[in-house]
Amino acid sequence: MTSREKILSAVRQNQPGEIPMPDIHYPDNVSSNIFEQFVKTVTGIGGEVIHCSGYPEIQQHLQKRFPEPARIINTINELPGFETIAEPSDPHTFSNVSVTVMLGNFGVAENGAIWLTEEHMLNSALPYISEHLALVLHRNSIVSHLHEAYDRIGHADYRLGTFIAGPSKTADIEQSLVLGAHGPKSLIVFLVN
Amino acid sequence: MQQHQTHAELAEQFNRDINRVNWHDQTLWMVREKRDKAAQQVPDWEQLRETASQIKNHTLAHLHAYLLEFEQQALANGIQVHWAADAEEHNRIVHRIIQEHGVDRIVKSKSMLTEECGLNEYLLQQGIEVVDTDLGERIVQLAGEPPSHIVLPCIHWKKEEIGELFHQHLGTPKGNADPDFLTRAARAHLREHFMMRRVAITGVNFAVAETGEFVVCTNEGNADLGAQLADVHIACMGIEKIIPKRNHLGVFLRLLARSATGQPITTYSSHFKKPGPGKALHIVLVDNGRSTRLGSDDFRNALKCIRCGACFNTCPVYRRSGGHSYHTAIAGPIGSILAPALDMEKHADLPFASTLCGSCTNVCPVKIDIHQQLYTWRQVLIKNGHASSTKKAGIQLTGMVLSKPWLFRVSGKVARWIMRTFPGLMNNRFNPWTKQRELPMPPKQSFRDWYVNNRSHD
Ligand code: SF4
Repeated sequence: MTSREKILSAVRQNQPGEIPMPDIHYPDNVSSNIFEQFVKTVTGIGGEVIHCSGYPEIQQHLQKRFPEPARIINTINELPGFETIAEPSDPHTFSNVSVTVMLGNFGVAENGAIWLTEEHMLNSALPYISEHLALVLHRNSIVSHLHEAYDRIGHADYRLGTFIAGPSKTADIEQSLVLGAHGPKSLIVFLVN
Repeated sequence: MQQHQTHAELAEQFNRDINRVNWHDQTLWMVREKRDKAAQQVPDWEQLRETASQIKNHTLAHLHAYLLEFEQQALANGIQVHWAADAEEHNRIVHRIIQEHGVDRIVKSKSMLTEECGLNEYLLQQGIEVVDTDLGERIVQLAGEPPSHIVLPCIHWKKEEIGELFHQHLGTPKGNADPDFLTRAARAHLREHFMMRRVAITGVNFAVAETGEFVVCTNEGNADLGAQLADVHIACMGIEKIIPKRNHLGVFLRLLARSATGQPITTYSSHFKKPGPGKALHIVLVDNGRSTRLGSDDFRNALKCIRCGACFNTCPVYRRSGGHSYHTAIAGPIGSILAPALDMEKHADLPFASTLCGSCTNVCPVKIDIHQQLYTWRQVLIKNGHASSTKKAGIQLTGMVLSKPWLFRVSGKVARWIMRTFPGLMNNRFNPWTKQRELPMPPKQSFRDWYVNNRSHD
């Protein structure tokens, strides 16, 4: 008998009798202003929120914030300027990227997380290897909590999907919070109309 | 005979430095308070715990079907699925995959399962260097220690000591103990490893039967950086990590980080569904005693654990004895009910390392009856002859006294008189209860006597 068969037959023999699957209960008192709640939560977990009218403003902001010779990678078609990358490329070539700009699928008000899938990443190492990360989010794409988030994701097929909530962080040294453990040291969220 | 020191002996060593114990205690209590604050901000918190508990109960009752569904979906996604009956087989499988890719150095992010299996030591013996990339895990790895907490691996280390450790191993300036500076130094050191390694190992927080994907949660981003830069990603998981549906993640991710550190969610919750172009993705499903535990009505519940660490942070014994006193990969209350199932003799002391106050059960996000299981384990251990002789004698004596009300009253009276008249008899070095603490002076009267007297005045 293979280990697979052994494990499966032991599990079948030992699992207890039928227990029904519960329904998922949705929170009753959801905040009436999820937009404000989202902004507050992102800020609370170390992110920065910038309200923008559109892509030209984002471009200006990034140019000012990350002056030459910073390496800025742009993965959004509508955003003018900056470096674009060919897919597929070797992720090791991104080790000197200062900031990557990406489109977030949607945000979650209760925890400040932004859902991203690999089609918006162009290269799936970019959200983690860049020194800073900038995510663009449409104001109307915010849900109140994670249950709603998974309703929205539904049965979507992806290779990699991830919630990113704030910059990379650690508190492993005496519980002192340090931003930028291995991943981005800062997270900028551009909220556009 | 036990080969190692018991929890009581190791805790005694930890307790020699009272300032350190207080600091350890307070740091963990602070984390517990953060958890409370986060939980209070979720109005339906109790309902959420109940739902999580029921989903886990349901999953365990149908684990056979869900394991098969997960395997089928994962294979369809292009993931290679391996099954390991025990720790040794798990280690062999991982080693074989590494060998197939012809490398001798790998990176690994936090995985309590690989700690349970002793993977690092095994690979080291085979000539494979493993670099733990979680900062806390890297610190204890450099120090040659196991983690002392499942979420906060180096919670027992002071920053000055970490500064010294980094000075020795990473060449940071002597005397620099600034957390910011030390974290930057570790970032640069580990970035080199990330850039060079072609195989990355991660743990798994949840695996979804419906979709064949698995989710890994970290704050540092080390699991992601490892997995995205390597050609081969090996994810290791216990078979109890399965959940039925993708939308169940909403329930568990709302609970996990809030229970662990008080954050609303970890920075990264990555859903790995398919291997990247030209890359390999492996999953190792490990039993190692889990299928046997599944058959036990008393102890099955422990399989619901999502490894949040809340029961550690709240436990008065853990906070004041430190993780290493549990001499097992998973310490704390949950470790004390998991370990005896793997080796009853070796871990017979652990279910006694508790006050049975029940605080662990109260904070557990999946409602495991931890303190009840600790109590049941004590009975099992005594029945199997695994309790120490003093404990056994004490329990027998207590049993006798409690079963006879007259004897209980008389012995209470005698004990109070003795303790008031000769306090040194109890507060001495032969009584383990009076190590690092003093017994208060007992009252003259028992509650029963007081009650009888006062009731008649009404
Ligand atoms: S037993 Fe409960 S509280 Fe303890 S680590 Fe597991 S899930 Fe968390």
